[in-house]
Amino acid sequence: MIELQTPITEDQVRALRTGDVVKLSGLVVTARDAAHKLMIENFVQPAEPKLPDLYARLRPLLDGGVIYHCGPVVAQNQDGSYRFVAAGPTTSSREEPYEADVIRHFHVRAVIGKGGMGARTLAACKEQGAVYLHAVGGAASLIAATVEEVADVFLKDELGVPEAFWVIRVKNWNLVVTMDAHGNSLHETIHKTSEARFKELAGLA
Amino acid sequence: MQDLTEALVELFRRAATDLPADVEQVLREAHNQEDEGSAAQSVLASILENVTLAREQSTPICQDTGTPIFYVHYPLGWSTIALRKQIRAAAAEATRRSYLRPNAVDSLTGRNSGDNTGLEFPVIHFIEWEEDYLQIDVTLKGGGCENVGIQYKLPDSEFKAGRDLEGVRKVVLDAVVKAQGQGCAPGILGVAIGGDRGTGYELSKEQFLRPIGTRSENPDLAGLEERLLEESNALGIGPMGFGGKTTVLDVQIDAAHRLPASYFVTVSYMCWACRRRRMTVRGEEVTYQ
Repeated sequence: MIELQTPITEDQVRALRTGDVVKLSGLVVTARDAAHKLMIENFVQPAEPKLPDLYARLRPLLDGGVIYHCGPVVAQNQDGSYRFVAAGPTTSSREEPYEADVIRHFHVRAVIGKGGMGARTLAACKEQGAVYLHAVGGAASLIAATVEEVADVFLKDELGVPEAFWVIRVKNWNLVVTMDAHGNSLHETIHKTSEARFKELAGLA
Repeated sequence: MQDLTEALVELFRRAATDLPADVEQVLREAHNQEDEGSAAQSVLASILENVTLAREQSTPICQDTGTPIFYVHYPLGWSTIALRKQIRAAAAEATRRSYLRPNAVDSLTGRNSGDNTGLEFPVIHFIEWEEDYLQIDVTLKGGGCENVGIQYKLPDSEFKAGRDLEGVRKVVLDAVVKAQGQGCAPGILGVAIGGDRGTGYELSKEQFLRPIGTRSENPDLAGLEERLLEESNALGIGPMGFGGKTTVLDVQIDAAHRLPASYFVTVSYMCWACRRRRMTVRGEEVTYQ
């Protein structure tokens, strides 16, 4: 088991290979559909980033940081702080149009989600030194139990609870590397073998 | 007519946090079948650990508490207007108690209503029946698995699939290949043969009310269910698409009459977190299954 603590260095990421199991601790930022669209339209595409306050706060978190594709269930404590109740991964392929540009712009080192991502993201991982880490889909209570603290939240009211940027501190979260920084994707491998098996079963081979 | 709002909040709690025993059992069997120390087995171990934790804490099994889909069987005398109001009130209260994630988004403005009520949300089917009691079933269907639902129109030349059960078999296997990595395998397939496009999807989703392992009363469909279960698992996609022996937990099929011109095969996918619960109301007594 390989331990990873944020911020993550390029060397640490380049040492990982598909199939490795890592134990992640540190800060993670949730971002899903609306957040990715917002980052592209406001930070990546314009010559000068829009929403400068948000940009100033997100940038240091994402540099060497970790993005998590997740829309959590969150409860508010009596003192006004938040706690994660359920927080499994959402399907990552929906962020495929955006993720490569987000990785390059912010120097993100790890993206966590489920189902893996496509060729553009894989290329950005190789070029920038980043990995895709697979969480267990649906294991929402178990993953929430690794969240020690909700450190911050951005745009909760504007985007709604599932789509907001939640900044969480996690401890000893087990994840599997399914896309590495060397161009390998476990998803691609399984897709090819299952496709071939399907053709045999359907008499199309 | 009694107010069932609080009883319905409890139905939501059970559905979202307490996985049915038959689903848990088949996940446990899958765990024992996968190779010792494989990624597939570790995924299933995490799933089982998560199921236990969610039940103990009354926290959602999955953060995507899905679209609540209700099937309300009612005897003459119940008001569906009142029942609809109570279901909506219960959804809002269950959200407040964090059993449900706010999941109803205005498709035009993008605003989340914040309480799981909205246009056509929750989904409610009312069916009058001749029994003398009220029966309310709910399934919570997450977005990841809903997105991989697919409808085929036979004949389909890509898969050499004609208008027969052999054609159905081919396209259902294609649906499993296409769903990999997105539907949270090992899942359950609900298949409808025939109907129009709308009833095809409805009938395919109704299959998720059937306990795991129950076979169709029609011997041809029962045979196809068993064959598709075996062949889906032979694809090697495995839990979460990491490779392995368990790709689907069950396949359940039903058929509806169709137009001469149409032959739809509709496949709905339910993730491993097959959340369904039943509430029965006889007089003042409310029981849950």
